[in-house]
Amino acid sequence: MPYLSLTEEDKKAFLHQIGVRSFSELIASIPQSLRDPKVSIPEALSEPEVQGLITRLGGKNTTTKDFLSFLGAGSYEHFIPAALVEIISRQEFLTAYTPYQPEASQGTLQAIYEYQSLMTELTGLAVSNASHYDGATSLAEAALVALKHTDRSRVLVARSVHPHYRETIRTYLAGTPYVLEEFGFDAGGSFNRQEFLEKLDGNVAGVIFQTPNFFGVVEDLEGMSEKIRANGSVMILTGDPLSFAIFRTPGEWGADIAAGEGQPLGLPMSFGGPYLGYFVTSQALMRRIPGRLAGLTQDADGKRAFCLTLQAREQHIRRERAGSNICSNQALCALAACSYMTLLGKQGIREVAEINCDRASYLRSQISKLKNFEVETSQTIFNEFRVKSKKPFAKVEEKMKAWKIFPGVALQPFYPELKDQFLVCATETKSKEDLDRFVEALEKC
Amino acid sequence: MLISSDDRLSFEKSRPGRRGVDLPKERFCAADPLGNVPQNLKRQGPALFPEMSEPEVVRHFINLSRKNFSVDTHFYPLGSCTMKYNPKVNEWAARQEKFTALHPLQSQETTQGMLEILWGLEESLKEISGMDRFTMQPAAGAHGELTGMMLVRAYHASRGDAHRTKVLVPDSSHGTNPASAALLGYHVVEVKSNSHGCVDLEDLKRHLDEHVACLMLTNPNTLGLFEKNILEITRLVHEKGGLLYYDGANLNPLLGIARPGDMGFDIIHINLHKTFSTPHGGGGPGSGPVGVKKHLVPFLPSPLVGKTKDGYVWEKRSPQSVGRVKSFHGNIGVIIRAYAYLRSIGREGLRQVSEAAILNANYLRVKLKDTFCVAVNDPCLHEFVLNLSAFGAQGVHAGDIGKRLLDLGFHAPTVHFPLVVAEALMIEPTETETQETLDQFVSAMKQIAREIETDPAIVKNAPHTLPVRRPNDVLAARKPILSYRDMVREKVLAAEVAA
Repeated sequence: MPYLSLTEEDKKAFLHQIGVRSFSELIASIPQSLRDPKVSIPEALSEPEVQGLITRLGGKNTTTKDFLSFLGAGSYEHFIPAALVEIISRQEFLTAYTPYQPEASQGTLQAIYEYQSLMTELTGLAVSNASHYDGATSLAEAALVALKHTDRSRVLVARSVHPHYRETIRTYLAGTPYVLEEFGFDAGGSFNRQEFLEKLDGNVAGVIFQTPNFFGVVEDLEGMSEKIRANGSVMILTGDPLSFAIFRTPGEWGADIAAGEGQPLGLPMSFGGPYLGYFVTSQALMRRIPGRLAGLTQDADGKRAFCLTLQAREQHIRRERAGSNICSNQALCALAACSYMTLLGKQGIREVAEINCDRASYLRSQISKLKNFEVETSQTIFNEFRVKSKKPFAKVEEKMKAWKIFPGVALQPFYPELKDQFLVCATETKSKEDLDRFVEALEKC
Repeated sequence: MLISSDDRLSFEKSRPGRRGVDLPKERFCAADPLGNVPQNLKRQGPALFPEMSEPEVVRHFINLSRKNFSVDTHFYPLGSCTMKYNPKVNEWAARQEKFTALHPLQSQETTQGMLEILWGLEESLKEISGMDRFTMQPAAGAHGELTGMMLVRAYHASRGDAHRTKVLVPDSSHGTNPASAALLGYHVVEVKSNSHGCVDLEDLKRHLDEHVACLMLTNPNTLGLFEKNILEITRLVHEKGGLLYYDGANLNPLLGIARPGDMGFDIIHINLHKTFSTPHGGGGPGSGPVGVKKHLVPFLPSPLVGKTKDGYVWEKRSPQSVGRVKSFHGNIGVIIRAYAYLRSIGREGLRQVSEAAILNANYLRVKLKDTFCVAVNDPCLHEFVLNLSAFGAQGVHAGDIGKRLLDLGFHAPTVHFPLVVAEALMIEPTETETQETLDQFVSAMKQIAREIETDPAIVKNAPHTLPVRRPNDVLAARKPILSYRDMVREKVLAAEVAA
């Protein structure tokens, strides 16, 4: 095996130097009855065979490069700069450990620091952590922060928040004294203001909105932060971070925490991961942030240096008294997002968001002209919107196969009442011909 | 100078008008869709991102990368972290567009190759660990632990066993263990270690009662020693109705040698980024699949992949499932790497990996034992711990020795852990290092021992050759400066004070 360096001669010499007669003496503490289990896994393959196998397995997939894809719903197809791929392929980043030894990790630490800086700029909030697992877990941690910060027992969440995120929060809270309660949405998919206000009472620790929400609607949250603050609750916003380049940011809406999915910032869809959970808060919540933080300091010679900081919050110091059990972050994904935001820069980040809005808006207006489909989202959108098919959606999907098109994500599995409705996403990756071909295909089905 | 001394942030290299990427100019809408958007929905002020050309951005990050140690440049004898070589065919596999361009909500018919990998990796992990089923959702070891604790709670609740409120954790355990249990509201009770760093059976019995929900155990433990009473421990806990959780952080020496499932563990998490060779990425992404025995299968997060005569499918959710612990299906890129690794090493490679890991650790232990005090100088498995308190007389701590090693071209071992050993230095060489590298490490350690005798200041003030030396973490925590804006604000304030 090419990954091992000890030859048979080395092994014999090692045993001799260690002072044992046989390898089994080294594992004498393992009870005999446990030793040498039968382990049936496939036999070893050489590298060319592994490459052949992976290629064959890949060939059984039909990807968003094989089909024209309008799938979104929390995982988005975006342009990824070639320079980004080269940067994150640097083995000094890829094969490094967590930067607990700052002298040996200034590269990773400065990159995290820059990521944190970029995320505070993008979200309009004060303090970002070094990243979290993904959107769902990041939001679940935000709910926990709100519960601990307020010492209250209920979290309110809009039903227009991504279904996986709501389910994950529910999983995290199951069996605890804490309760997750939902408030609904209106016919257009905006959150139900009245229902929300009725549920906002003295037991509410935190409130979670998504904007743009799961249906693509850019929510109007006017007046919400004042109400939530007056109630003593924590306001948590989630949403596509790319949209914050043009739409009102969590900070500008008065949110205390922005937590969600960072995948649109330069990470491939990769069937759902690894992604990147962003977690950004107001100054007031700094010491409650879960996970790692990189900070600026000076070294022993007065030079600028970066290190992990506020570690007293974390599990390796506080053990059972830690606010969160988080150990790893998604450092390499944060590096990807950092490179993405740096490459796009001040102008580019805005432009790419504008192009998303342009592509989706164009597609929406074209689909709205079709007689067999109704656009259900009339509000401001970013890159997604909701469509109702007059024919069963499963049939539409089936017909689209001949066109090599993934038409969108069916909504009924998540919202039983939204029969034959689907979510359509169009990003900067789509050309006018792509969009027109999709409209033509829909028209003919 | 080989490594750039430029420590400016990207923001400080920015110049208005520069850009790193060009984007399409054409707009498809006749009128700008943002034109009609109400003002209150729009972003009010710009995001002050840096403005840099592509070559500048690339040079910026490549120069940063050169300020890092990494497995591909340095030996990392980092105990409990298993910093083995990350095979490049794994990277090649994970980057194939046939996987990266898959959307997670595509139909199962269009993702058969992907599902086959998920299924195949699960099958192999089942065999290796002796468990009955795995979920691939957890994104990291700590996330796996949290998932495991959810399973513990769901299991006891399903039996109407609501009075189990305690989770037992050895005092030598990783910090994530107590933190994960506490997050679910469990009362964490520490079990003492004996002089061998193993579970003190008498202390365990004292704490064992009908309130115990679970014992979380790392085996081999954080001293690299196998719990030789493991069968007794699992029997005692089971007798009291508790479950056993296996922290898979130290699985590397047991491949093909012994299986947690056979030891009596009910739940296990596996760190694919340790034993199964996927890169650490500077702190993630990892992957922490959780495996269970039959009686806990109904509680696993859903969905799971199944194999039918018509191909691979997402199975229907069990009514008792704890639910989702993450969006979508797990850290797929990491899972593909681990799959490629297992197909490369194969059945016969498993034992070779663990044997070499054990041999390398014992070789280092024996080479170092005359100069340094080994906490427990018995044959170890994949790692061992030095007790460096003897150097206290010269004012040298374990951490100082770690810093000095950086000067000599080695990443520091794990320092000041486990907590049960004073001045601990925890060393795990892994199977992928050569004898030559191990010998160089031994020489470096011996040189440091001599330096402590002759000129301890060299060690106490190390490192001397790296871009920075001993960043002041007290200052960093007292006055947190966590972003470029914080930094600018600090500068302005300092200038005002000076004026």
